[in-house]
Amino acid sequence: MGAPASSPAVSAAVAEFALRMGDNCLILGHRNSEWCGHSPALEEDIALANTALDLIGQTQLWLGLACEAEGKGRTPDNLAFLRDVSGYRNLLLVEQPNGDFGRTLMRQYLFDAWHLPLLKALMGSADRRIAEIAEKASKEVAYHLERSADLVVRLGDGTAESHARMQAALDFLWPYTGEMFLADALDEELAATGLAPEPASLKPAWQEHVGRTLADATLKVPEKSFAQKGGRRGVHSEHLGYILAEMQFLQRAYPGASW
Amino acid sequence: MSSEWPLWEVFIRGQHGLNHRHVGSLHAPDAEMAILNARDVYTRRNEGVSIWVVRSADIVASAPSDKGPLFDPANAKVYRHPTFFDVPDEVGHM
Amino acid sequence: MYAQMVKTDTKRVRSLDEMEPQERAFQERIDAGQKIEPKEWMPEDYRKTLIRQISQHAHSEIVGQLPEGNWISRAPTLERKAILLAKVQDEAGHGLYLYCAAETLGISRDQMYEQLHSGKAKYSSIFNYPTLSWADIGAIGWLVDGAAIMNQVPLQRCSYGPYARAMVRICKEESFHQRQGFDIMTVLAKGTPEQKAMAQDALDRWWWPSLMMFGPSDDASVHSAQSMAWKIKQNSNDELRQKFVDQTVPQAKYLGLTVPDPALKWNEEKGGHDFGEPDWNEFFAVIAGEGPCNRERLEARRKAWNDGAWFRDGLTAHAEKQAARRQASRIAAE
Repeated sequence: MGAPASSPAVSAAVAEFALRMGDNCLILGHRNSEWCGHSPALEEDIALANTALDLIGQTQLWLGLACEAEGKGRTPDNLAFLRDVSGYRNLLLVEQPNGDFGRTLMRQYLFDAWHLPLLKALMGSADRRIAEIAEKASKEVAYHLERSADLVVRLGDGTAESHARMQAALDFLWPYTGEMFLADALDEELAATGLAPEPASLKPAWQEHVGRTLADATLKVPEKSFAQKGGRRGVHSEHLGYILAEMQFLQRAYPGASW
Repeated sequence: MSSEWPLWEVFIRGQHGLNHRHVGSLHAPDAEMAILNARDVYTRRNEGVSIWVVRSADIVASAPSDKGPLFDPANAKVYRHPTFFDVPDEVGHM
Repeated sequence: MYAQMVKTDTKRVRSLDEMEPQERAFQERIDAGQKIEPKEWMPEDYRKTLIRQISQHAHSEIVGQLPEGNWISRAPTLERKAILLAKVQDEAGHGLYLYCAAETLGISRDQMYEQLHSGKAKYSSIFNYPTLSWADIGAIGWLVDGAAIMNQVPLQRCSYGPYARAMVRICKEESFHQRQGFDIMTVLAKGTPEQKAMAQDALDRWWWPSLMMFGPSDDASVHSAQSMAWKIKQNSNDELRQKFVDQTVPQAKYLGLTVPDPALKWNEEKGGHDFGEPDWNEFFAVIAGEGPCNRERLEARRKAWNDGAWFRDGLTAHAEKQAARRQASRIAAE
């Protein structure tokens, strides 16, 4: 254990970490919500909206913690609606466009398979607030993973077309998965103080789950292993700007108004 | 291909200790997905602790035209109900 | 309403004495307030009319996802985003319950979709209007859901069991929809001058289409009379419209907004408001496909359906493979 929980350095680290968690949830929840009313079947429309609602709920918790830890009097809505692209800390994976329904499900699965072990590890965080949010979120995410893994298997091992689409989705998204396991100075500090696990420590569980699921789905793990990265330091793909332009429109057009 | 997913009837146990109750139906490609879909469609407001699904085509129902012969005879068995018997006041609760 | 101008095949509502014994017994059960259940005998026209009405109602729910759905990505706060998403998701659920109710009458969901996508089936006129500002989301919840509730509450008592039960569930879930809309309007009406103008503009655009939702006067309609005799419609269109106006006008007043009807005034004698006539030419044009958004709405539904075909087929194929594998391993074990 390094600095005591109340030190400014620790608070800043917690705030930054909560931003990373919250931004992943917000952007993925936002992307999923784009399907509402447009999914391939009513049952799926409803199911995906449930996932999006869980993620937006988790966003409120993580961004709430970020506000509390930074102590600048900002609200979760300030963080969501008034930061520019460079202030966002989400993985590049979650901001990628929805593509077809298969790509959306594959993105969800690759994220869930990382999200769940991360939350499980966070349940043992030295910061009680982090542990509590992780505990609540992990129940929701366990279901997300069950559903997304199931669909990846079914569609991979479905028709020739569904197989081809899932393989294409996997190939497209694969380069965005490496970022999940990379550590920067903050990650090292978080791990050293027992606040969060080392990113690399999550890789075996993720690889095991993904390997098993893709095998069941008769899909081939892509061989190329280069990683697109930058989300955690605010260097994003071009897509995030459009998401924010849409998401933040009202707050930007009517500064200071209440809604 | 494009054949429609079969229809499933959904039964939910609302609270521990209660019977499963029919709540509606939905479409799903198989039983496992029907359970997941039922969770997402029919328990959005915290309505359940257990789900049953059964293919609608597998439900065996009594014929509506049999309603008279099936159910009317029970009307005549008034002695099956406790109110049929007089219990003298001085006996107290029974 | 969500089901507007539903036609029956009736030329004239017949009295009990004019009916064959089977139909007479059916009508007597309805008159006695009994529910009709799937697979029980029913007149063919009753079945067909119900399919038309319930499927139109279902189509309205899922087309109705679109105008509000396009503001989910622009909702101004995290809480508003979650509430709107939950609400639009509920509409998908309501469509699902209603399609299932119609399926008990011997039509499949795919057949109903086909009727929607080909333009053969109708859905409520209201969803062919555009949502242009955030206040429109408030106005839809407040006015459109308010009007829908007027109609759906009595439908909980309709004579067809599966439809009535679907309505019970829908009404229970929908109770928060109107309130969230009114809540949006309240915040806007008390907000900045720009927000208040936004709220007034939304009321101006949604007021008349909301009144049109109830459909033209049907006091002289044989279809309406037949539907009432069958208890799949409980109140006349004018009755419900009057009730809606009387309920809504004080709410607009509370918000400090002006209802865009110069003829609107309280009539002490009848104990209700007098109000102007909606532009029925516009209504018929919208029903005929000439509303501002008819083409976009149908196009969006068709695209969702067509783009999703591979997904539905993929899951069917996997389920069949799994069933075959189970079968094979059973045989191997024997």
